[in-house]
Amino acid sequence: MVSHELTTPDLKSERRVRHAPRFFNMNRLTPYFFLAPAGAVLAVALLYPIGYMIYASFLSWNPSQRIHEADWIGLRNYTNLLKDPNFIESFFVTLKFASVVVTLEMVIGVGLALLLDRKIRGMSVLRTIFILPMMIAPIVVGLMWRYMYHPSVGILNRTLKGWGLDPIPWLSDPDWALPSVIIADVWQWTPFIFILSLAALQSLPQSALEASRIDGASTWQQIIHIKLPLMLPVLIIAGLLRLIDAFKVLEVILVLTNGGPGLSTEILSLRISRTTSEFRELGEAAAMSNYLLLLLLIITLGMFLFNKVMDMRQQRLRAAAQEAG
Amino acid sequence: MPKIHFDHIEKSFGTVRVLPPLDLQLNDGEFTVLVGPSGCGKSTTLRILAGLESLSAGEIYFDDAPISHLAPKDRDLAMVFQDYALYPHMDIARNMSFALRLQRAPRAEIAAKVQRVAEMLNIAHLLDRKPAELSGGQRQRVAMGRALVRDASTFLFDEPLSNLDAKLRAKMRTELAEMRDTLDKNMIYVTHDQIEAMTLGDRIVVMSEGVIQQQGSPEELFKTPANQFVAGFIGSPTMNFLGGSLAREADRLWVRGDGFLLPLTDEQSGRLNGNTPGDVSVGIRPSSFSADPKVGAPIELHLAVSEYLGAQSVLVTRCGEEEVLVEYDSATPMKSGVSMTFGVRPEDIMLFDRASGARL
Ligand SMILES: Nc1ncnc2c1ncn2[C@@H]1O[C@H](COP(=O)(O)OP(=O)(O)OP(=O)(O)O)[C@@H](O)[C@H]1O
Ligand SMILES: [Mg+2]
Repeated sequence: MVSHELTTPDLKSERRVRHAPRFFNMNRLTPYFFLAPAGAVLAVALLYPIGYMIYASFLSWNPSQRIHEADWIGLRNYTNLLKDPNFIESFFVTLKFASVVVTLEMVIGVGLALLLDRKIRGMSVLRTIFILPMMIAPIVVGLMWRYMYHPSVGILNRTLKGWGLDPIPWLSDPDWALPSVIIADVWQWTPFIFILSLAALQSLPQSALEASRIDGASTWQQIIHIKLPLMLPVLIIAGLLRLIDAFKVLEVILVLTNGGPGLSTEILSLRISRTTSEFRELGEAAAMSNYLLLLLLIITLGMFLFNKVMDMRQQRLRAAAQEAG
Repeated sequence: MPKIHFDHIEKSFGTVRVLPPLDLQLNDGEFTVLVGPSGCGKSTTLRILAGLESLSAGEIYFDDAPISHLAPKDRDLAMVFQDYALYPHMDIARNMSFALRLQRAPRAEIAAKVQRVAEMLNIAHLLDRKPAELSGGQRQRVAMGRALVRDASTFLFDEPLSNLDAKLRAKMRTELAEMRDTLDKNMIYVTHDQIEAMTLGDRIVVMSEGVIQQQGSPEELFKTPANQFVAGFIGSPTMNFLGGSLAREADRLWVRGDGFLLPLTDEQSGRLNGNTPGDVSVGIRPSSFSADPKVGAPIELHLAVSEYLGAQSVLVTRCGEEEVLVEYDSATPMKSGVSMTFGVRPEDIMLFDRASGARL
């Protein structure tokens, strides 16, 4: 009896030792096993199209050809684009559109959120009304604004006329077309910044805000020293999302101006779509898409890198101060 | 330092009335403690004074000047919040200097003040950290420091020690007591811990459901509580209350209960002044029991449990239906489950009206 009791644990421990490596391996593989389906979906839905696009950008490819019939022309699509004044202009129109639109939306959206973050009766109705534009399909937004911008029967010019002012050639004048398009986009997408800012504001630590009131902060100082810095992480992400979206905007401009007059509102995505359908240059369109993708990647990475550098600098300062102190 | 006068202030949240008219006058340079059970309106009173909450009725005066229309920043107060309320994105130095920076004080002066207070509170080595990188006790000191760097006339503390462990709390209590003696400021301190109230307060205000039950020095509250609520709230372990009835026998007033018959002193009979309700509550502090039954009048108690606390033990005993706590010298061995006779001196008991709770 005694010997039995002594040997049993011994046997067990021996077996455990022998099996340990295999269990160990299994445990290490388990997470990848569970990740595999997601990885597969990612590969099919994301990596494959991107790879396809990159491959296509090296071809001189007419839509009537199969992809393997197209000629391999190396980087010629990319170099041609850099020499193409129309592409360059379109690129800068996009840059101008995106930066102006995002700046305006951030300023107005955050401003509205700061203004409407209070408990007044009817505020919830007001907030709902404010976010309506975002829920409308972009094509519809484009049509709506086209009617409003109509030179003679549009509400805008009729109002101007009613006030005795000259009508504005909203969509037909190259100097006015981009601002008009920007107004429509700001109208539709400011609510996005607005609701995110409002959510960020409402999750701010209330007692810190109260403490700042006692510490003597005016409403403005509270916004600048407490609210905005605490909202910053949300604002950065919101701005980044809007920026990425603004670079890809298509439908509203397609309906409003179709890129005109001239090239004044021809943003990149519009040019890409025209390159495929009108100029029938699939390879060049793919190269253009890749330039756009690259630009967005650089912006995103730049943002993350900036955050990281700031973080690290702060840590270094702290470490240095600790050594000194 | 201004004299603060709450002139019949009222506060309702919607239909919920939190403060019925409350009238309170605070003296200049006093350390006042508001104490009461959870939800009795202490924080609300403090927040109204700070201007974070509006008044439903009444007025607050600083030296006879009404202030309820002033914004918090114009009231010259500093406040320490129950949950610290530090600014998460600023390091400790910037947290502490925030108010001074808003006032555009000279930089050198700000740095000197912050350094002095930080050294006083032992947080000088933490100045360049963020609040998230501190322990609870350190954060609490920072919150205190942020209030102290300002030369406000009045300091408000809302349960500043409630999140600390027992040892740290005792230490901070001592530090606060030292601070009280060195700073000549109005301090209003909210707590539900009667020990903090007793050790810190020049004046203690006991509240229950928005109503001030009694105010006075710690000694006054302990020795002459106005009613059963105050008597039960002040002192630890809490006072025992036994049911009894008054009877006149052999030319004296006696109070008789289940297991005891105590004579009243002349002073107690005099206070009653012929007004003798039948039913009373007899209040006896746990420290008033003597192991010698010949001291005063005898009272028979049935021992249930003995709680050892070191030099002292607390005996949980029964007197009829009611539970009675007795403080007892641990050196004497005690057996549970037996009945014992203790002595109580008549001058140590307090009588309360059973119906209204008022002291008789
Ligand atoms: N914003 C509010 N809306 C509605 N009722 C409130 C509000 N703030 C406080 N109350 C109520 O007012 C009463 C008093 O609250 P208060 O915060 O002053 O209590 P307290 O004495 O500080 O309690 P504690 O010791 O738990 O902090 C409570 O019953 C609470 O439910
Ligand atoms: Mg409270």
